[in-house]
Amino acid sequence: MGSVSLIILTIAAIVFSAGGILVSKIFVKGSKNPRKGQPYECGIPTETSPWKQFHVGYYLFALLFLIFDVEIIFLYPWAVVVKKVGMMALVEISIFLFILFMGFLYAHKEGALKWM
Amino acid sequence: MFSLQGITNGIEKWLHNNMSANMALLVECAIVIFLAISLFAILGLILVLMERKVAAHMQIRLGPNRVGPFGMLQTTADTLKLLLKEGLTPDGADKFLFNLAPFVIMIVAMLILAPIAFATGFQIWDLNIGVLYVTAISSISVIAILMAGWASNNKYSMLGAMRSGAQIVSYELSAGLSIISIVVLTGSLQISEIIESQRNGWWLFKGHIPAVIAFVIFIIAVTAETNRAPFDLAEAESELTAGFHTEYSGMRFALFFLAEYINIFIVCAIGATLFLGGWMPLHIGSWQGFNHIMDFIPSSVWFFGKTFLLIFLIMWFRWTFPRLRVDQLLSLEWKYLLPISMFNLLLMTVVAIMGWHF
Repeated sequence: MGSVSLIILTIAAIVFSAGGILVSKIFVKGSKNPRKGQPYECGIPTETSPWKQFHVGYYLFALLFLIFDVEIIFLYPWAVVVKKVGMMALVEISIFLFILFMGFLYAHKEGALKWM
Repeated sequence: MFSLQGITNGIEKWLHNNMSANMALLVECAIVIFLAISLFAILGLILVLMERKVAAHMQIRLGPNRVGPFGMLQTTADTLKLLLKEGLTPDGADKFLFNLAPFVIMIVAMLILAPIAFATGFQIWDLNIGVLYVTAISSISVIAILMAGWASNNKYSMLGAMRSGAQIVSYELSAGLSIISIVVLTGSLQISEIIESQRNGWWLFKGHIPAVIAFVIFIIAVTAETNRAPFDLAEAESELTAGFHTEYSGMRFALFFLAEYINIFIVCAIGATLFLGGWMPLHIGSWQGFNHIMDFIPSSVWFFGKTFLLIFLIMWFRWTFPRLRVDQLLSLEWKYLLPISMFNLLLMTVVAIMGWHF
């Protein structure tokens, strides 16, 4: 169908989700109660906001992911032509992956992959 | 012979004969919207029921069996119940992001449907970078999960979203690398060409050991990407109640729940397309008679059969392996799967260049 299908599918998703939510809005008569709006914490009153500092480990893994994800994007065009280029492609990708793997080993040595 | 391609071609011809070109296109768009929505609804109903039935039989019990024959209407009843529940927004939540997140996750799930080939010539958009498109779009779903967790103003949601983000982002790498190792063999990113290249055998069998390794890594990675057990830390019930969708209720919760199952279907469909030949029937070398019999089974049956086989495999994992800890999860990916899949890619390149595959 061509690129029109992206718009069509987006419309389909919005119609589907909004339709469900609207139908339930029509049927449901909610009751008012101040306790209802409290965040769910297993019955204990909430202390402090959740919007504060979190574990630095997530940030480290996000950074590592960024490096490797860019590498994978570089691999896609290579993978398409590898059969045509032949042996040279293997040599080139070996060098590419070797450099990347050295970086990976460095990150490992520095303890970036350890969850504390 | 009955085929979905014949039906779609017939409809298109009829529309173009009876209407102007623009009108025909509009009607086609409406049909696609209708089909996509009904596919979502039916898949959701079937997969939730299948999950419960598989779980029940793994534990030697019956599972849902009261509503309808063999409990087939159980999920319909559950959906109706969720429809009649009030959708709450907690105090102090970021209301805009909180309401936007279910829409984003549904849009992402819907958009990945575009390049999937359901049967011979039955594909919404056969774009030339199909595989890249799938990986690119599917990584947007992590934004929806982080949005939901952040906006909920709840510590469980926040923790669940953070864990889920780290997990999805990590396992995307080895999933991507195993997809690339199949692209090395086919030399094309287009889904239809990848399927066409498996006419005389599926890549799982043709690609020797590297293809098998890639398949195993792909299945592990997609299980983690869809937040399924044993990688369901993001919604570990016993510690985080429900993870990033703790605060969601009513229809918004149903949308998250549905998107989870749709994502399982989609990743299994991609796995079936890349490794098991999509809608291609099982052909063995020069067994003419056998190949001819296999050709009589419609292509849509092959596609859905393979996909549901993989879905069953992923459901089987849930009742086989205990849940991992977050440090075990990340070290499994970064210390084992990623180096193995990088090495496997080199191995696959050697196989492809030397022509050792069949």
